[in-house]
Amino acid sequence: MREIHASAITDAVKKLCIEANYALEPDMLRAFDRALGTERSPAGKHVLQILKDNAELARTKKIPYCQDTGTAICFVELGQDVHVTGGGLADAINEGVRRGYTEGYLRASIVRSPFDRVNTGDNTPAVLHVEVVAGATMKIQIMAKGGGCENRSKFKMLTPADGVDGVKEWILECIKTAGPDACPPLIAGVGVGGSFEKAAILSKKALFRELGTANPDPVVDAIEKDVLERANRLGIGPQGYGGDTTAFGVHILTYPCHITSLPVAVTIECHAHRHKEVTL
Amino acid sequence: MISTALDGVKEVTPPLSAADVELLKAGDRVRITGVLYTARDAAHGRLLPLMDAGKPLPFDVKGQIIYYTGPSPARPGHVVGSIGPTTGGRMDKYTPKLLALGLKGTIGKGARSQPVKDALRQHKGVYFGAIGGAGAVLSAFVKKLEVVAYEDLGTEAIRRLEVESFPVIVVNDCHGGDLYEEGMTQYAR
Repeated sequence: MREIHASAITDAVKKLCIEANYALEPDMLRAFDRALGTERSPAGKHVLQILKDNAELARTKKIPYCQDTGTAICFVELGQDVHVTGGGLADAINEGVRRGYTEGYLRASIVRSPFDRVNTGDNTPAVLHVEVVAGATMKIQIMAKGGGCENRSKFKMLTPADGVDGVKEWILECIKTAGPDACPPLIAGVGVGGSFEKAAILSKKALFRELGTANPDPVVDAIEKDVLERANRLGIGPQGYGGDTTAFGVHILTYPCHITSLPVAVTIECHAHRHKEVTL
Repeated sequence: MISTALDGVKEVTPPLSAADVELLKAGDRVRITGVLYTARDAAHGRLLPLMDAGKPLPFDVKGQIIYYTGPSPARPGHVVGSIGPTTGGRMDKYTPKLLALGLKGTIGKGARSQPVKDALRQHKGVYFGAIGGAGAVLSAFVKKLEVVAYEDLGTEAIRRLEVESFPVIVVNDCHGGDLYEEGMTQYAR
């Protein structure tokens, strides 16, 4: 049994929250450059250039890339041979979020109840998903998930008869209805299969894959590429001002499902796709 | 007041008159210099009962522009943190009433409802788009910031901003123009 102290988890989460909000990942920056090379719309190019400048300013001046520093979504892959000492895992993670958001001058966007809507003041609690896996390490993935695009995420139970074409149409419909509201160019994280709740979690997890990489499953890869191409023919464009760059990517994760079911969840993610991970 | 600079960008200084608003067309690039007021979901929620009761609001909205934003906290020595727009559509329930009271402009990102577009025509108002997610860049245009009301709402409090050459684009004008619809039609393949 390997021991990991709660304070090490807190420190790691704090660092991930701050770094995610100040510095976009290199795959996102490369996506801006690729899009600048293909975008026909002058307004769209202008937006893409400003977003590149914004990323540079955020990184160098240590200002959040977007004022909505998001819900702290946290995926933990916990090795079964790890023993967390010195406190509870969830408490350690929330303390990391608390310190990261407070000390990093990040916006507190979480209310304690969806009904009384009183801000907790420190962006806690995180939305936490823990999966127990083999091994003696702990992988922590943090996503600072913006609210505007999250509000455009959707779920639908398709029927097995709807098939691949039905899945494609549903993802496209989600991108189209998100439109300018979701700060395009966007990324669609898609969970197909499992169950109602499993599909939604997969749709978030799918967003951690490096942008521009192929899906390891060639069948799913072909679906992703087709939907992405069709999304970019919608004309929505950067910031919805019209153009060719509506989406940077479509990332799909699948899971076995019941003979009656074809659940499909689509998490809409904006161009402020802030995510970091670490393995302890 | 509205004028056009040599580069074709329109210079806007609130307060705005109906005649000013009529000069703005969907797709126009605009720089705003002067005062903006911030208000978003929770602040609008508090303004609504005041409007319904005919009571005065925490600031006079006549001719003014509301920026839908909830800034991130400023580092010591800085005016503000990151300050980009939030989704305008969430404020659709409140906007026609504010326009009826004389509000002339709102700044956000994302599409507005038909009742808001109708109210922009009826009351001569304009909806500007600022670039969503560009909050670090936009913070450089804010020269002064003070809380006007509802400090307990934190990032959602009403703030008075003094901005210089704050860059926006006209999304919905008072003539029925809609940049999102026009842009999408132009580039759909």
